[in-house]
Amino acid sequence: MSQLYTTEEYKRVLETVLLAAAEPLQIADLKQLFDEEFDNDTLRVLLDELRADWSGRGIELVPLASGWRFQTKPEYQPYLDKLKHEKPPKYSRAVLETLAIIAYRQPVTRGDIEDIRGVAVSPTILKSLESRGWIDAVGHRDAPGRPALYATTRKFLDDLRLRSLSELPPLTEIEKVMDLADTAQA
Amino acid sequence: MSEIKNKKPEDADLAVVVEVTESTETVAAAEVAAEAVRDLPHVVKLYGEPMANMPKDLYIPPDALEVFLDAFEGPLDLLLYLIRKANLDILDIPMAPLTLQYLKYIEAMRASNLDLAAEYLLMAAMLLEIKSRMLLPRPKKVEEEERDPRAELVRRLLEYEQMKAAGAKIDALPQALRDFHSVSIWITDEVAERLPDVSLHDLQVAWLGLMKQAKVMQHHKVGRGELSVREHMSIILRKLQDGAYLEFVHLFDIKLGAPMMVVSFLAVLELVRERLIEITQREIFAPIYVKLADATGSNDVTTLHN
Repeated sequence: MSQLYTTEEYKRVLETVLLAAAEPLQIADLKQLFDEEFDNDTLRVLLDELRADWSGRGIELVPLASGWRFQTKPEYQPYLDKLKHEKPPKYSRAVLETLAIIAYRQPVTRGDIEDIRGVAVSPTILKSLESRGWIDAVGHRDAPGRPALYATTRKFLDDLRLRSLSELPPLTEIEKVMDLADTAQA
Repeated sequence: MSEIKNKKPEDADLAVVVEVTESTETVAAAEVAAEAVRDLPHVVKLYGEPMANMPKDLYIPPDALEVFLDAFEGPLDLLLYLIRKANLDILDIPMAPLTLQYLKYIEAMRASNLDLAAEYLLMAAMLLEIKSRMLLPRPKKVEEEERDPRAELVRRLLEYEQMKAAGAKIDALPQALRDFHSVSIWITDEVAERLPDVSLHDLQVAWLGLMKQAKVMQHHKVGRGELSVREHMSIILRKLQDGAYLEFVHLFDIKLGAPMMVVSFLAVLELVRERLIEITQREIFAPIYVKLADATGSNDVTTLHN
């Protein structure tokens, strides 16, 4: 291992390690690479610069909920698809609505989901989301039957390129509509 | 069931084949609720042209209704569809026409898709209850405290609609494996794990070992050959033990294979050379006979032609 001097050299190390990593890497992981004591801001600046270096490519460096990762840009997916024979599964509306309820109202029980959707939630819907690693049971509600409480996982955020739940698309503003309803009645 | 299906061409929602547009006149107002039994006015268009009469032979696939109902994710979804389609104000739903339309679907559903019906029936009961509560005169005192009987339904409809939209929005986000992939390069570490180190010296040692083994094998072969000629000499002598003549061909067993026959032949030649046996033939092409050499060992009997 040679001594590093320039910003470029540090960036090349970060680039190499991030490309070789199978999982997203946290700032804390990246800190261990260097003998020097880097603060988080310095590392973030280096990562942002590296990200800019790659901007003209089909591959991009993105910060996710579980760290930094190199990934392909969505606009090149059609080309990747041409080499693949199996298409990824398309989720039904039932699955997407269930996922939305868990994402926006978590933690929720199956009963909560059924109340909002007005239909029974089949176990296969929850199972398909669980096996994708997007939701899991985080506890049980203290109610008859102790129903499981579901929440979205970090993988869900990673797979949707989100750093936190606050980056989910905003909901249509139901409260405003309800307020209008109240004033209309009054 | 057939009765329901026959009604279909009049129903705007089942316009799988014909395009049906509603007139701009909507049933939004609550006052219309009372005279709800009346059907919504329709203008039927085919390829953009208004149609005066329905064609007599219009074909609607028998399972069109089922497919259509399958498109709904439940009673709330169906209600929302009916409300949005008729351009109704969700905050001031005319309960009577909505309930009527809804019940029409339930009837159709009950006929074709029984397992779906339970939740839809519950909603039907709820709609009828709300409708009847709105028709009942309420004492003035209570009226101030009591909320609109539709409020809970509206809340549920709006919340469902919100989550339905949210589901679509989530689906529109770029999704791992569908819209992008994580990138990782092949690192030499993984190669080393699969292939253990091999040095030139290792190869040399392995080769020398092979050579040594080959030499041992070779030695064994030669040794066995030598032994077996002597062994066959003994076997032949044993066969001739009783001093009688034996036909030459009987000394050889074809079944034992060519190498063994060669060895046997060598053994015979060796025995002749050592004057231990005698081989005789009366004339050309006559059978050749073999017998033990006489103790006296007269040379003129031991004849090998050519």
